[in-house]
Amino acid sequence: MTVALYDAPGPRARRRTLVGSLIGGAALLLLGALVIKRLSDTGQFRGEFWEPFGRAGVQRILLRGLVATLKAAGLALVLALVLGVVLAVGRLSSRRSVRIVSSTAVQGFRALPLVFLILFAFIALPELGIDTGPFSSVVIGLTLYNGAVLAEIFRAGILAVPRGQVEAAYSIGLRKGSVLRVVQLPQAVRIMLPALVSQLVVLVKDSALGFIVAYPELLRSGRRIYTNIGNVIPTAMVIAAIYITINLILSGVAAWIEARQRGGWRRRSGVPVEMSLGVPDAGVAT
Amino acid sequence: MDFVWDQREVILGGFRTTVWLAVTAGVLSTVIGTLLAIMRVGPIPPLRWAGATYVILVRNIPLTLVFVFSTFGLPRMEIRLSFVAFAIIALTVYHSAFVCEAVRSGINAVDAGEIEAARSIGLPFRRTLSLVVLPQAFRAVIPPLGNVYNALLKNTSVAVAFSVAEASSIFRRLSNDDASATWPLLLTTAVGYILLASLVFLGVRFLERRSAVSR
Repeated sequence: MTVALYDAPGPRARRRTLVGSLIGGAALLLLGALVIKRLSDTGQFRGEFWEPFGRAGVQRILLRGLVATLKAAGLALVLALVLGVVLAVGRLSSRRSVRIVSSTAVQGFRALPLVFLILFAFIALPELGIDTGPFSSVVIGLTLYNGAVLAEIFRAGILAVPRGQVEAAYSIGLRKGSVLRVVQLPQAVRIMLPALVSQLVVLVKDSALGFIVAYPELLRSGRRIYTNIGNVIPTAMVIAAIYITINLILSGVAAWIEARQRGGWRRRSGVPVEMSLGVPDAGVAT
Repeated sequence: MDFVWDQREVILGGFRTTVWLAVTAGVLSTVIGTLLAIMRVGPIPPLRWAGATYVILVRNIPLTLVFVFSTFGLPRMEIRLSFVAFAIIALTVYHSAFVCEAVRSGINAVDAGEIEAARSIGLPFRRTLSLVVLPQAFRAVIPPLGNVYNALLKNTSVAVAFSVAEASSIFRRLSNDDASATWPLLLTTAVGYILLASLVFLGVRFLERRSAVSR
C-alpha cells in the first residue's frame, strides 16, 4: 500500500477504529467459533482422525506423495522452459510462417484448460499409439500449458533487454542467432528469474491435477489416507499445510532473488533499472 | 464425426454446465473478492489481517484441494448440497482471493493526488472509497480481472474429478463410450473452450473500451 486511503487518525477516528476493531474482531471470532464448533460437533477433532499422522506408514505415504509432486513439477518446469524458449524465439522469428505457428501454439495452449490438456495426453495420445501413463500425462499437460505461459514471459524478457545491447552486438558483427544466444537470452533469463520461480509455485499447485488421472502425487496420496480412515477434513488440512509451506518457501526464494538482483543491477550500472515484469496470469491458474 | 453429431445435445449440455459454473462462481467471487479487498485496504486492523490471511492461505493451495474440502469435506460436516453447488463453492472460495488481489492492485493504481484531494475536502474513508477510489479503480481493474475470469472459465474443468458433468467430463465419458471418436470429440471440445475464452476476451475488451477515458 503506497497510498494511505485515510489520514493519521485523530481522537475521534481512533475511537471509531477501536469500535470497528472490536465489532469486526468479534464477528470474525464468532465466525471462527461457529466453524470450529461445527467441526468438533461432527467429530473432526477425534483422536483416531489425527493420530494416524503420527504413524510412520502414513508419513511415508505423504512423503512419497510430496516427492512425486516435486518430481512432476520439476520435470515439467525444465521441459516447459525448453518449450517456452522455442515458442518465444519462434514468435520473434523473422519468418512469417514460424511466427504464425508459434503464436497459434501459445494462444491455443493458453486458451485450453490444463485439465483438458492432461486428459488429451491421457486419453487421446494413446489412440495414436503413444503410450502415456498418469505421470507422463501430467508432465505433458503441465509442459504444454506452462510452456505457453513461459513463452510469453520469455518474450517480454527478451524485449526488455535494452535495444543498445542488441545494436552493439550487431555492430561487432554477431549474427542474429548469436545475438539471441549470447546477448539477449542470458540477460532475459536474469530479468525473468523471479518470474520463473513464481511459476514454479503455479506448477506445484497445478501438479495436484494429477489427482484426476490417478497420479500418486501429494493430494492423491492424501486420498489414499482418507479413503482408508475416513478423515477427509483432517487429511485435507494437513495437505493444505504442506502445500502452503512449500509455496511460501518458493515465493520467499523468488522475492529474495528479485531483491538481490535489483541490488546487483544498481551496483553494476549505477542506474536503478526497473526490470520487474508483469507476468501474464501467473498464479491465477489452478 | 457422426458420433459427435449424434451426441451434440450431450456435449452442449456439458458446455452449459461449464458456463453455469463459470458465471455463478464469477459473480459470487467478484462480490466476495471486492469485499475482501475493501477489508484489506481499510483502517480496521482485524479485518485487514483476516483479509490478508485468507488470501495467503487460499492462493497457496491447489484448487483441486479446495474441491476436496468442499465436495468430500462438507458432507462430513453434515452440509449436503448438489455436486454442482459444491463445485460453485470451491470455485468461489478459490477465485475470491484472486479477485481480491486484482481489485487491490486497481485501488493502488488510483492516483495518490485523487485520494489526497478527496481527504482534503473532508470525505471520510467510506466516501473516499465509494465516490473517488472505486469508480476509478474499476477501470484499472478490468485487465487483471479479465485474467481472473479467463482462469475461472478454464478452472471449471477441475470439476471433472468431482462428479460434475461439465464439458471436460463429457469429453472423458464420451471418449470412453467410443474410443474411435476420441479425436473428433477432442477437437470439438477444444473449439468449444476456445469460443468461450474468446467471449470472455471480447467482453473484457468491450468493458475496457467503454470505460476508457482520456486523462
